[in-house]
Amino acid sequence: MTAEVVEQALEKVESHLHPEGSFDVDAHEVPTGREEIWRFTPLKRLRGLHQDVEFTGALKATRQTEPGLTVETVPTADVRGVSGFVPTDRIAARALSAVAESTLVTVPVEADLAEPFIVTLTGTSADPVAEHVVIRAGRHSRATVVLRYEGTATLADNVEIVVEDGAQLTVVSVDDWADDAVRAGHRHINVGRDAQFKHVDITFGGDVVRNDTTAEYAGPGGSVEMLGLYFADEGQHIEHRLFVDHTAPKTKSHVVYKGALQGQGAHTVWIGNVLIRKEAEGIETYEENRNLVLSDGCQADSVPNLEIETGEIEGAGHASATARFDDEQLFYLRSRGISEKEAQRLVVHGFFNDLIRQVGVPELEESLAATVEAELAKNVAGVL
Amino acid sequence: MSTLEIKDLQVSVDTEDGAKEILKGVTLTIKSGETHAIMGPNGSGKSTTAYSIAGHPKYDITGGEVLLDGENVLEMSVDERARAGLFLAMQYPVEVPGVSMANFLRTAKTALDGEAPKLRTWVKDVNGALDRMNLDPAFSQRSVNEGFSGGEKKRAEIAQLDVLDPKFAILDEIDSGLDIDALKVVSDGINDYVAREAKGLLLITHYTRILRYVKPDVVHVFVDGRIAESGGPELAEELEATGYERFIPAKA
Ligand SMILES: Nc1ncnc2c1ncn2[C@@H]1O[C@H](COP(=O)(O)OP(=O)(O)OP(=O)(O)O)[C@@H](O)[C@H]1O
Ligand SMILES: [Mg+2]
Repeated sequence: MTAEVVEQALEKVESHLHPEGSFDVDAHEVPTGREEIWRFTPLKRLRGLHQDVEFTGALKATRQTEPGLTVETVPTADVRGVSGFVPTDRIAARALSAVAESTLVTVPVEADLAEPFIVTLTGTSADPVAEHVVIRAGRHSRATVVLRYEGTATLADNVEIVVEDGAQLTVVSVDDWADDAVRAGHRHINVGRDAQFKHVDITFGGDVVRNDTTAEYAGPGGSVEMLGLYFADEGQHIEHRLFVDHTAPKTKSHVVYKGALQGQGAHTVWIGNVLIRKEAEGIETYEENRNLVLSDGCQADSVPNLEIETGEIEGAGHASATARFDDEQLFYLRSRGISEKEAQRLVVHGFFNDLIRQVGVPELEESLAATVEAELAKNVAGVL
Repeated sequence: MSTLEIKDLQVSVDTEDGAKEILKGVTLTIKSGETHAIMGPNGSGKSTTAYSIAGHPKYDITGGEVLLDGENVLEMSVDERARAGLFLAMQYPVEVPGVSMANFLRTAKTALDGEAPKLRTWVKDVNGALDRMNLDPAFSQRSVNEGFSGGEKKRAEIAQLDVLDPKFAILDEIDSGLDIDALKVVSDGINDYVAREAKGLLLITHYTRILRYVKPDVVHVFVDGRIAESGGPELAEELEATGYERFIPAKA
């Protein structure tokens, strides 16, 4: 970024990136849909999560692996907000006040867990569910946690993640819901000094999935990588709201989300907020969102937003693009005998594959590639 | 034995000022076993001819015919033309991010043959084709043309020609951007292809350089959307000596 651009950004008046949070539900009014943070969301389809609906349901958790970490149930009062998270909207506040117990996953200090910890959370009815999960990666530990969501559900949840100094944590979230599921989720990450956090955020299923992912830094030198992949089909609303708050010097963030849309009413929203605070000198940030629109009747909203309060930064950039198929690519593939459908399938596959290769967890890359294949087989082959 | 006939081909493109006529009646016939060279100055319509035969959507065919063994090529989709036996090596090969060369070639070969290639020989075939083009086997794991140098892209086109083995190959400025060593490698690849049973070649080039390695049977000089003159290899030699001047009509 040139000095001039930084200057201009500095002159910007009030930021909307410092909202007052509160654990008190009543401090958050019922949204009307006109608010900046709600304007893209189809509130009517949230089944009252944003209003006053009671939480009566539950998800079934199945652990697929048992690497050397602990999982316990603890009183929510003991752990809520440990990541620095304070709800900034009504759903998050409601979900947090509705639970008495939280699930705490702890990676022991200096543990190096080669095997990922995989949990499948399955919904079995549309009864509203509230959940609170805390993942704590101890100092200098290394681990991967996979949270897979599936089935039918109406879920409002908060996941708090603490990555202690020098730890390396990868969290993979897979929203592979049934077509009728609704989820409004929040993940807040607190990144310690020289810690590395990577989030792989996959969204395929559900009727409405709205996930807020926010990160802040507890000390200098921390880095956050967020890789997102989503596929919205007919009538589906997938919304990602990201906020990286550079609260410490020499921190890094690298955000890349890619999505494909297909079918009437497929709607995706990507909000990429980055705030570089005055004290966050020498930071580097990059955020990117790319959407591939595969049919008519889809809408991809993409809003990158960078606010800078210091001129002393290493680098800051963003990119956002929404495109249809590239005719030249299709022509090239077809000129080798590949049918139009197959060429389109290859291009979409390639579009995502680029990102999948950055995941860096080999066993995951394979299963992700397979999931993309399955999604493509279901969608692209069937409809195009 | 196959024949590719181009008869009075007229092509225009859409521009902001309406349709612009580019090809004004091109006629030529290539039989398998023959190598034809098309030479001509920049903008004379060489690439337009190649792309029109391959079916690029940008070009409107306003008149004429293209027949492959009597079949109307212009009625076929792009991929049908390839499956009928046509291959176009492009002047500017397109990058397809995230799709490996291996996956691409396998998908193409499967589409052309109607069945997946035998796994046992396939990897060897692909690696052999890459190797003959002085491309490291690692290229098969790289995305199609992505980050390839200009010369690597051209060599990869010939590796594809080798593996996909069409009836007719149209090579559009395969020689541009190649240094002398790469030019020899690429020419060897083309000659290997031509030496196979019943293959026809249309070699489009701006320079005579490549014709020292790939010997044409017929040379066509393209000027302003038409064939200005056709002849034997000696025509290329004349162009080498005197350039295109004689063929370009004096401006009124
Ligand atoms: N979209 C377009 N709008 C206007 N003119 C076009 C368009 N596409 C092609 N042309 C023109 O058509 C003519 C023929 O182009 P073509 O690419 O076939 O030439 P060529 O003989 O291959 O040239 P070169 O040696 O530079 O590759 C050129 O004058 C070019 O500018
Ligand atoms: Mg050309």
